[in-house]
Amino acid sequence: MSVELAVAAAMFAGVIAYALFGGADFGTGFYDLTAGGTRRGAELRTQVDHSIGPVWEANHVWLIYVMVMWWTGFPQAFAAAMNTLILPMLFALLGIVLRGAAFAFRKYAATLTQARLFGAIFATSSLITPFFLGAAVGAIVSGRVPIEGRGEVWSSWLHSTSILGGLLAVGTSSFLAGTFLVADATRAGHHDLGVALRMRTIGVGIATGSVALLGLVPLRLDAPTLWDGLLGRALPMVMLSALAGVATLALLWTRRYRLARITAVLAVFGVVVGWGLAQYPWMLVDQIRVVDAAGAPATLRALLVAVAIAAVIVGPALGYLYTLTQSPTWTDSY
Amino acid sequence: MMFVPSVESMLAFAAPQIGGSQALTSLALGLANEPAGLLPAREQMALSLGWHIVLACFGVAFPTMILVMHWRGVRRQDRVALVLARRWAKVSAVLFAIGAVSGTVLSFEMGLLWPGLMGTFGDVLGLPFAFEGLSFFVEAIFLGIYLYGWDRMPPRLHMLMLIPMAVAGVVGTFCVLAVNAWMNAPTGFDIVDGEVVNVQPWVAFLNDRVWLQFAHMWVAAFMVAGFAIASVYAVGILRGRNDRHHRLGFTVPFAFASVGAVAQPFIGHFLGLRVAATQPAKLAAFEMALETESPSPLRLGGIMIDGKVRFNIDIPGLGSLIARNSLTAPVQGLDTIPADQRPPVNITHIAFQSMVAIGTILMLAVLIYWIARWRGHDLLEPQTRFHRWFLRGAVLAAPLAIAALELGWIATEVGRQPWIVYGIMRTTEAAGENSGLWWLYGTTVVVYTALSWGAISILRSMARRWRAGEEDLPSPYGPEPVEHAPELARDEC
Repeated sequence: MSVELAVAAAMFAGVIAYALFGGADFGTGFYDLTAGGTRRGAELRTQVDHSIGPVWEANHVWLIYVMVMWWTGFPQAFAAAMNTLILPMLFALLGIVLRGAAFAFRKYAATLTQARLFGAIFATSSLITPFFLGAAVGAIVSGRVPIEGRGEVWSSWLHSTSILGGLLAVGTSSFLAGTFLVADATRAGHHDLGVALRMRTIGVGIATGSVALLGLVPLRLDAPTLWDGLLGRALPMVMLSALAGVATLALLWTRRYRLARITAVLAVFGVVVGWGLAQYPWMLVDQIRVVDAAGAPATLRALLVAVAIAAVIVGPALGYLYTLTQSPTWTDSY
Repeated sequence: MMFVPSVESMLAFAAPQIGGSQALTSLALGLANEPAGLLPAREQMALSLGWHIVLACFGVAFPTMILVMHWRGVRRQDRVALVLARRWAKVSAVLFAIGAVSGTVLSFEMGLLWPGLMGTFGDVLGLPFAFEGLSFFVEAIFLGIYLYGWDRMPPRLHMLMLIPMAVAGVVGTFCVLAVNAWMNAPTGFDIVDGEVVNVQPWVAFLNDRVWLQFAHMWVAAFMVAGFAIASVYAVGILRGRNDRHHRLGFTVPFAFASVGAVAQPFIGHFLGLRVAATQPAKLAAFEMALETESPSPLRLGGIMIDGKVRFNIDIPGLGSLIARNSLTAPVQGLDTIPADQRPPVNITHIAFQSMVAIGTILMLAVLIYWIARWRGHDLLEPQTRFHRWFLRGAVLAAPLAIAALELGWIATEVGRQPWIVYGIMRTTEAAGENSGLWWLYGTTVVVYTALSWGAISILRSMARRWRAGEEDLPSPYGPEPVEHAPELARDEC
C-alpha cells in the first residue's frame, strides 16, 4: 500500500468510527425528541443521559481526528471542500456546539423548565449535525466540489444526492442509537422503556432502509461515478449492509438485543465502507484522486507515526472506557 | 531561488526575498487588495479563540488541581477534600463540554476562515495538530471514566484516572503552542519557485520557539484556572462562610496560581528576549519604539497619534535592560521596518504593557499573601486587619488573570501582523473571499452569548443547590425537584 493510500485509509477509519460511535450518540436525539412530555419522557431521557454521558466526548474526537488527518494529509482537497461546503459545514458545526453544550447543561439544570429548554436544543441539534455532514458527503460524491476555485455555495448541497446523504446519516445514526438504547434499557431493568424503544427502532430501521433503496434511483443520474462504484467494487458491502439491516430488524423483533447491536453496527459499517470503496480512488469525486491530493511525503509518514502512537495509546484507553460503561456495575445502578 | 526560513533569515527580513508564485509575490501589495473575508475572519477568530482559550485553561489546569484535592481526600480520609473534588468534577463536566465544542469550532475555522493558510501549509503545520487531537482523545476518554466512575470504581484507581487527563493537558498545550510558535518563526520547509517543498514536519513541530511559548501559556493556564477557582471561595469567605471547606477550596487553587504568578514574569522575560532576535517589528511595537535609541528607554503608557507618541513616561535605559538584557543594546525602532510590514502599534503596545502590569500586580499580591502567612498572619482570617481587602483582591484576581491572558494573546497575535506566517505569508493571503462571514460572526456572537449565559446560570444553580445541602444534583427528570423560592435564590447568590 502506498503511503498516500495508507493515510487515506487511516483517515477513513476515523470516518467509520465517527459514523458508528458518534452516530450512535447523535441518534439518541431522535428518541429524546420524540419521547413525549416531561413526565412520560423522563425515563427515556434519563436513559439517554446515562448511555451517552460517559462516552460522547470521546466519540466526538473522531471528528477532530478526521479533520486533522484531512488537512494535514490532503491540505488542498481539505481547503477546497471547506471553501465550497462552507454552509453545510457551518450548520453541522452549529449543531455540534449546541448539542454538546445543551447536553451538559441539561444534566445539571436546576429546574424542569431549564431542562426542557436544553433538552429540546440537545435533541434537535443532534439531528441537524448528521444531516448536514451527510449532505456535505453528498456534494463530494456527486462531483460538486471542485479542487480549483469555489463550487456553488448553495446548490452544491441542495440536490437529491445530498438530501439522500443527509437522511441516511440521520437514519443510520438513529437506528444504531435505538438498538443500543433498547439493549441498555432492558439490561438496566427498564422493560417498558425497552419495549417502547424497540418498536420505534424497528420503524426507524424500515424507514432508513426504504430511503436507501429509493435513493439509489436518483443516484444513478446525479452521481454516476458513485453509482458505478456501488454496483461494482462496493457491491459486497452494500449486500452486507442490507442483510445485516434486515437481520437487525428480525433480532429486535425476537428480542435478541445483544446480537441486534452487532448486526446494526455491521449494517452501518456496510453503508459507510461501501461509500468509501465506491468513491475510491477519488478524494473529491471526479475532481482529484487520493494520490494526487496527498501533501508532502514526509508529513504523510509522520502522520502514520502519529496514527500508530494513537492506536497504541488511545486504542486500549477507548477499550477500557467501553468495557467499563458496558459492565454491570455501570449499567445496572442509576 | 530558495528561501529557508530561519532565525538568521528573519533578521534580514526587512527585504524579504521570496520569489516565484503568484500567491507569494502578491505579498507586497498589502492592504490595497484586502479580500472581503479578511476583517470578519479576524473578528471571528478573535471571538472564538478568545472565548475558547479561557476554557482551555481549565482543561489544562483543572484536572491537576482536582487530582491534588482528590489525593488529599483519599490519603488523609479527608471528607471535606473529597466533597470538593467531587463538586469540582461536576463543574469540570460543564466546562469541558463547552470547551470541547468551542475547540471544535476552531478546527473548522482553520479551513473555513484561512483556506490560504491551510491549503498551502496544512502539511507543514498539521503534525502538532495530530498530536493535539491525540491528547484531546486521551483527555476525553479519561474524563468520561472519571466523571462517571465515582462510586463505581475502587477509589484509588478512580483517582488515578485524573493523571492521564493532566498529562494530556500538558501535551495538548505544547502542540497548540507549537503551531503558534511556528507561525511566529516558520521553519521545516523551503520555498522553491513559489512552491512549498522539502517539508520536514518534525522540524516544524519541535521548532526552537515552542518551548518558551509553551511554558508561558502553560503557566498562564494555571494562573487563570487557579485564580478563578480561588475567587469563588474568596467570595464565600467574604460572605461569612469561613469554614474549612472554603479555606481548602481557596488554598489549593491559589497555591497553584501563586507558583504560576511568581514564575510567569521570568518566563515572559526570556520569551521577550527571543522576540528581539526573531521579530524586531513585534518588539518595536511592544515597546512603542518608533526610532532606534541606544540605550533604549522603557516607555510606560503612551499612544501614537499622527506618528508621535503622546501621554508616555520614559524611563531612560531600562528598555535596553529589560528587552535586551544589556545596558546599551537598543530596541530596533519601527522606522527600520518597511511601512507595509509594521504591526498596529497602539493595540500591540497597550495590550502588551497591560499584560505585564497585571502580571506584576498578581505576582506582588501572591507574594504578600505567602510572606504574611509565613510570618504567621493568615490573611483569610477575619481577625486580620487586611483580610477583607485581601479577599476582595483575590476575587478581583480572577478577571485580572483572564484579562492578562487575553491581552497577551492580543499582543502576540496583533504584533505578528501583517503576517500570518511570519515573513512568508500575509494574513490577507490566507483569508478567503467570504464577505458573508459577517453572518457567521453575528451568529457566533449570539450563540456564544447564549452559551456563556447557560454555563454561568448552570454553575450558579449548582453552587446554590450545594449550599442548600443537595449533594447529588439529580437529573431534573428524576423525582420532582424541590423548587427553590426565588427570594432565597437571590439571597444566596
